[in-house]
Amino acid sequence: MIEKTDVIIIGAGPVGLFAIFELGLLNISCHIIDNLDKPGGQCAELYPEKPIYDIPSRISITGQELADELVAQAKPFKPVYHLSQQVEKITKLESNEWLVETSINKKIQSRCLVIAGGAGSFVPRKIPLKNIDHLEEKNIFYAIRDKFNFRGSKLLIAGGGDSALDWTNELSKIADVTLIHRRKEFKAAPDSVSKMLKLEKEKIINFSIGQIQNIEELKNDKIKVIVKNDEKINNYEVDFLLPFFGLKMELGPIADWGLKLDENLIKVDTKKFETSEPSIFAIGDINTYPGKLKLILSGFHEAALMAQECFKYCFPNKKNVFRYTTSSKDLQKKLNS
Amino acid sequence: MKISVIDRDGNKNLLEGDNNSTLMEVIRDQGLDIEAACGGCCACATCHVYINDKWLDKLNPKDDEEESMLDQAFDVKKNSRLSCQIELSDELDGLELELASE
Repeated sequence: MIEKTDVIIIGAGPVGLFAIFELGLLNISCHIIDNLDKPGGQCAELYPEKPIYDIPSRISITGQELADELVAQAKPFKPVYHLSQQVEKITKLESNEWLVETSINKKIQSRCLVIAGGAGSFVPRKIPLKNIDHLEEKNIFYAIRDKFNFRGSKLLIAGGGDSALDWTNELSKIADVTLIHRRKEFKAAPDSVSKMLKLEKEKIINFSIGQIQNIEELKNDKIKVIVKNDEKINNYEVDFLLPFFGLKMELGPIADWGLKLDENLIKVDTKKFETSEPSIFAIGDINTYPGKLKLILSGFHEAALMAQECFKYCFPNKKNVFRYTTSSKDLQKKLNS
Repeated sequence: MKISVIDRDGNKNLLEGDNNSTLMEVIRDQGLDIEAACGGCCACATCHVYINDKWLDKLNPKDDEEESMLDQAFDVKKNSRLSCQIELSDELDGLELELASE
C-alpha cells in the first residue's frame, strides 16, 4: 500500500518538526520520517538534558523540552510520524511526484520532499577494527531484532549504557551472558545496574572490566574476542558479540540521490531552500549556502521560506494569501482545534 | 601557541592554537580529520585524542560527564581525553597529542 501526502519531511529534528507547523499554516499536509524511535533528533538523542540558550524568547530550554514543545506545536496539523526507519530510496514518478521507500518497506508518495536530516541518521557506533565487516549480522550484532535468535548461546555484551545493561539483564534469561565494560562505573539507569550486579552475584552472568582489542574468526562458527584490561589479556570464545557503544550520525543514502553537494552538505538557494532537484528542499544543518550558520533558529527561518515555495507545487492553481497567526481567524481555529 | 598533533596516518601536524578556543576547535578548524559531531557539548565521543603523558597533569581534569562519554569511544587509554573539554591556555604551548581511531 502506498500512503499519500503533500510533503514528506525526512528527519524529525527541531527543524523538521517546525517545518510541519510552517507547512500546516499553508494547509499542506505532511508525513515525517526518522531513524530514531522518537522525534527530536540530536536534541532528544544527544543532549536531552542540556540547556539551549539561543532559541528566541526562551531564556533557557533543554533539548528534550524543545523537542516536546515542537511536537506539541505541530500537533494541530496532524502530521503522520514514521519512526525507527530510514529513507532508503526516492523515485521521481511520471506525475512529478516522489515515491519514498523506507528501510522497513513502507512506501509514501508526495508532491515535495523536504530533507531536514541534520548531520545524518543515527546509527549504532561500530567497532573500528579492520576485517570484521563480514562478521556483522553473523557473529556481531549492533542491534537486536529478535532476542530468541540468541537462545542457548554464549554471548559477550560490551558497553556501559542502558542498551548494554538492559540486554544483559534480559538475555541472561535465555543465554550464557558475559558483560564487559571499560570501568566499574556505568552510565545506565541505576535500577538496571543493580539488577545486573545482583545477577552477577548470583553467578547468572559474568562481568569483567576490559576493552575489545581484536576479534578473530574461528572455524566452528564462533569468534574469539580479545579483551584487554590494562596489561591483562582475556580471550572469550563466543557465538555472538553484542557491542553497544551508543549511536553516531551518518549521512547515509541521502548522498546517493544525485543532489548537488558541497562536502556532504546539500547546496540550496537562499530564497526557496530548494536543492538542485526541483521540488526537493533541504533545511537545517544538512544544507549549505553562503553565510550559512548551523543554528536551530536558522533552520526555523529556512522552514518558513521553504513552505512558501512548497505551496506553489502543492496548489498550483491557488493563490497564497500571506496571513499572520495573530489576525487570521482561519488559522486560529485550526491551531486551537 | 603551538600544538603538535599526530594524525591517523602518523604524520605530525603543527597547529596554531589560541587561548580562546578548545583543543577540538583548533584541530577541527585547521582541517584535521576529527568528527566532533555534537559541536563540543560533550555529547558524543568523536573528538577522542590521546595526550602525550608529560602533558596530562597540566590539563584541566576530566569530569564525570567526559568520563561517561568516553564509554562510547574505542580503545580508551589512561591518556584518553575528549578534546572539546580541553580549554587551551598559554601554559599548554607545545602540547603534544595523537588523534584516536574513528
